[in-house]
Amino acid sequence: MSPTQWDLPVELCCRPMAFVTLTGLDVVYNAVHRAVWDAFCANRRADRVPISFKVLPGDHEYPKCRPKRTSYEWYIPKGILKTGWMNKHLNLVPALVVVFYELDWDEPQWKEKQSECATRVEIVRQSLQGRNTKVAVVLIQKKTPLPPGEDVIASERAAALCNACELSGKSLFVLPHTDHLVGYIIRLENAFYEHAQTYYYTEIRRVKSHKEFLNKTTHQLLFVRHQFKIAFFSELKQDTQNALKNYRTAYNLVHELRAHETNILEIKTMAGFINYKICRLCFQHNTPLDAIAQFRKHIDLCKKKIGSAELSFEHAAWMSKQFQAFGDLFDEAIKLGLTAIQTQNPGFYYQQAAYYAQERKQLAKSLCNHEASIMYPNPDPLETQTGVLDFYGQRSWRQGILSFDLSDPEKEKVGVLAIQLKERNVAHSEIIITLLSNAVAQFKKYKCPRMKSHLMVQMGEEYYYAKDYTKALKLLDYVMCDYRSEGWWTLLTSILTTALKCSYLMAQLKDYITYSLELLGRASTLKDDQKSRIEKNLINVLMNESPDPEPDCDIFAVKTAQKLWADRISLAGSNIFTIGVQDFVPFVQCKAKFHAPSFHVDVPVEFDIYLKADCPHPIRFSKLCVSFNNQEYNQFCVIEEASKANEVLENPTQGKMCLVPGKTRKLLFKFVAKTEDVGKKIEITSVDLALGNETGRCVVLNWQGGGGDAASSQEALQAARSFKRRPKLPDNEVHWDSIIIQASTMIISRVPNISVHLRHEPPALTNEMYCLVVTVQSHEKTQIRDVKLTAGLKPGQDANLTQKTHVTLHGTELCDESYPALLTDIPVGDLHPGEQLEKMLYVRCGTVGSRMFLVYVSYLINITAEEKEIVCKCHKDETVTIETVFPFDVAVKFVSTKFEHLERVYADIPFLLMTDLLSASPWALTVVSSELQLAPSMTTVDQLESQVDNVVLQTGESASECFCLRCPSLGNVEGGVATGHYIISWKRTSAMENIPVIRTVITLPHVIVENIPLHVNADLPSFGRVRESLPVKYHLQNKTDFVQDVEISVEPSDAFMFSGLKQIRLPAQAFYSYQYFCQATGSTHG
Amino acid sequence: MAVCIAVIAKENYPLYIRSTPTENELKFHYMVHTSLDVVDEKISAMGKALVDQRELYLGLLYPTEDYKVYGYVTNSKVKFVMVVDSSNTALRDNEIRSMFRKLHNSYTDVMCNPFYNPGDRIHPGGPYFLCPYPVQVGPTSCVRSSPGGPYSCVRSSPAGPLITW
Repeated sequence: MSPTQWDLPVELCCRPMAFVTLTGLDVVYNAVHRAVWDAFCANRRADRVPISFKVLPGDHEYPKCRPKRTSYEWYIPKGILKTGWMNKHLNLVPALVVVFYELDWDEPQWKEKQSECATRVEIVRQSLQGRNTKVAVVLIQKKTPLPPGEDVIASERAAALCNACELSGKSLFVLPHTDHLVGYIIRLENAFYEHAQTYYYTEIRRVKSHKEFLNKTTHQLLFVRHQFKIAFFSELKQDTQNALKNYRTAYNLVHELRAHETNILEIKTMAGFINYKICRLCFQHNTPLDAIAQFRKHIDLCKKKIGSAELSFEHAAWMSKQFQAFGDLFDEAIKLGLTAIQTQNPGFYYQQAAYYAQERKQLAKSLCNHEASIMYPNPDPLETQTGVLDFYGQRSWRQGILSFDLSDPEKEKVGVLAIQLKERNVAHSEIIITLLSNAVAQFKKYKCPRMKSHLMVQMGEEYYYAKDYTKALKLLDYVMCDYRSEGWWTLLTSILTTALKCSYLMAQLKDYITYSLELLGRASTLKDDQKSRIEKNLINVLMNESPDPEPDCDIFAVKTAQKLWADRISLAGSNIFTIGVQDFVPFVQCKAKFHAPSFHVDVPVEFDIYLKADCPHPIRFSKLCVSFNNQEYNQFCVIEEASKANEVLENPTQGKMCLVPGKTRKLLFKFVAKTEDVGKKIEITSVDLALGNETGRCVVLNWQGGGGDAASSQEALQAARSFKRRPKLPDNEVHWDSIIIQASTMIISRVPNISVHLRHEPPALTNEMYCLVVTVQSHEKTQIRDVKLTAGLKPGQDANLTQKTHVTLHGTELCDESYPALLTDIPVGDLHPGEQLEKMLYVRCGTVGSRMFLVYVSYLINITAEEKEIVCKCHKDETVTIETVFPFDVAVKFVSTKFEHLERVYADIPFLLMTDLLSASPWALTVVSSELQLAPSMTTVDQLESQVDNVVLQTGESASECFCLRCPSLGNVEGGVATGHYIISWKRTSAMENIPVIRTVITLPHVIVENIPLHVNADLPSFGRVRESLPVKYHLQNKTDFVQDVEISVEPSDAFMFSGLKQIRLPAQAFYSYQYFCQATGSTHG
Repeated sequence: MAVCIAVIAKENYPLYIRSTPTENELKFHYMVHTSLDVVDEKISAMGKALVDQRELYLGLLYPTEDYKVYGYVTNSKVKFVMVVDSSNTALRDNEIRSMFRKLHNSYTDVMCNPFYNPGDRIHPGGPYFLCPYPVQVGPTSCVRSSPGGPYSCVRSSPAGPLITW
């Protein structure tokens, strides 16, 4: 966009820098000069002093200085600030003119050169006559200078040169053209900068000196002007604190000016300029709150200064610009590191700028609605001789006139007319949209999604006004869902209304239909008459006719649109539009509900489709089809009514294809599920409702799943929360809210009509062939086929059980590891009605514990459902938990031949092994036989035949055996000596003959064998007679290899009399036994 | 006097919204809606710290050229938004607070009404909102005056038992 009169001038917005001109440099042909110039302009980063350089010829004519005013007495200013002033001091009048001259100290023709240099300086001085601009001379030298004071010629000649040029020593510089050019240049420009600051300082002093001549009555404008100039010079001097102070004073002064309709624009323009400067400096000083406060004050002061009512749009334009400029400043400050917050960011200023731009548009629309016959005035009152205004903010046709009375009303009228006609050509919408999009970008950054949506709506509406319907629709469509998802129906309706207009004006069929559908729906807050109109239009469109124009549309746009609609009709072709409803709220609601969460395969699957229309008039649909995850069912769930296009509105309340507003329509569907789908889920994937028909236009509303649109979930939630009693309705009607979508159902197998019984005698005993009798009886009315039995350990239990459980049908042989835990699909043939069959199963459980056993019977049966013959597979299962217990406990102990308990046995000494078998089974057990298998280390003393053959043990009874054994000496064996195995063959007493006997092997415990050095064996008679001698014989046996000394002492009890040696001592030789006799006679008491 | 008051559900849809210059209702709707940005931000910023202090008043949400928008949030995250004319200097923070408290009391009354279903839109003309005096109403049921229209509360049987609250 080219700059408009409202844009702030560039010279105001830039950062003022000291202006220094360089003369005597030939940057085109002289490489040295070029290098010098490049060093000045290249890499001007923030660390270099703020100077703007310009190369000018030595004889450049600077702007003439006006003669000094000696008195202000008769001077009446014509305006506040001249339009050229800022530019003049930024780019035309230098603070310092530098004369570059190539001259070495040892120059042979020194005199000539010196005078040439002096002439050059003189020429520059001439053209700067009257100005305070400083002049400096830089000598470009080929040689590196000597350190100061060493070169006598140099100091002499320097003094001479200064004298000739009338320069102070501080203004003469030497620039050796050597390697360190940039370093010299930086030192030079720092020196220039000091000179420039002195210049601006004197300028400030000069302006200040005028003040005392001014008086408050005639020179009010000058107060502002001077204050502004001081501030501006301070900025050039880089004294921003003072600049800010002076701008603030200037700002207060500008509001003290007497305002009138004729000068209000000038005052506002200057106030705007100064305000801009203040805000800019505040941001620069990192005091953003000061900037905001100043801006608020500025707006509050100027808001009401509208000026001429005929040109009030100018005020709006100016206001808009103020906000925009502040927004820009704010944004710039943020880019430089300022942090903004959600509630205080540039977005608000751009937004407000956009509002004023909208206001400007409104005002312009009402003020500039001149008839076409009114011509732009000639000569153009807005033209000036120079092409620009003399003073900021003045009217071109009365520049410099300060009188508040209009001297020439006619001229004024023509001027106003010219401005109004010009305003008419302004692309307002473009301005508004730019501002809004600036604001959108900001609000996006500061987490304001709703604000962003709102601004986008406004952008969309502005595009609509600007007749860019495509863009309008794009924006509106984008934000619609935000309002829809949050349930702000009023706002959604307003957006939809605009969107509908756009789609009408572009004759966008699908969009037009979509928006109509939603505007007729329950989310729309339109009045019924509007809904009526939209419904009528929608029906027209469906019948391949043009709709009526939307209200409040531009007449010309409507004409174009009507033509477009007419073209659409002749282009009748593929006119089926499928619209997915899940993202919006259409006027037809749909809910699908299966009657049950599951259906048996032999009964038809039933479900209802509920439809409800929210539009004002009844509407007829042409087709309804339901789609399933198994597409084969789709064909059974279609309702179609062959109707002519014009019947959409005829006989409206009849037939099931017609929806009466507010009434819930229930449509029942039925189909027989496929037997392959048993165990699967049948799901409604979509419901399609067609309005209109193929001959005209057809809209297919597509609900995903079992219905529901963008608003349904919230409504369902509300309905679920509600505990309101709903008024009673006639039997065949239902409350819409009470219908809960059920979009899927399970197909389950037919209920079996057989009985399965299990007969057995728990608990099972470890390792026995446990008998399970399965009885299957058919109660079906027809023959059942292919009866199969699956029986065994129920899968899914502990994996170890599978290893230790074996199932077989044959009980006559013991099953081993190779038998499975579960027998599957054992065919058992067919069964006639009432017939029953029995099957025996044998289970062998290797470990104790409880197990679950499954008996599963499946069969086929032919069934007729809905006049269709289907083969149903039915099954019935029985589960039983069986405990397995040990049949008996076996206890083993070692005792001496005198039945004394032995911890250990002695080598070569006989001992007894006693077994004790205790029945733990609740059922009687028959011990068929037992067997002792001795380990090689053990020998038997006598025979080992079983003593418990064919013993029947009831619960708790036990059977014991005793074996006499001897263990030869083996030396010391760690952990004892193995004894052998005890094997018991047994079965249930109740088990049939052919059931095999179970052998249970018990490993006998190890026994510790100990060698003893001396074995004493007493040989006592079993009884003695009173007063008769009782011979007592002791055998002593030395078990060692050595001769041992043995001392024997006998201590008889008091009941006996004793004869023989009481005490002897003898050597006992190895492996010999001795017999020792003694006799005792005694009596026992009582 | 506020120019617009609004009660916003926890899920951020309007339960009740009313503005006094009815001709530019839409503008206020947008204003209230956009202010939810700030409300959301303030609620998430205050987190648990302020919940304990029971400070429900959120203060000035954002100023526009012509209006000031204030916010208030109940413990159940129902929001109240009030728009006040910028030029109305009589309304200071304290006045705004007390207005919100009154509004909260009225809202509590509505919630106490056994015939009001929490989450339903509150109809401006309904008998149970912002009543300055006790009202006698028969058993009510909420019906929609038009399909898709707002709910309104009607008295289903004038002869029914009277309930006072």
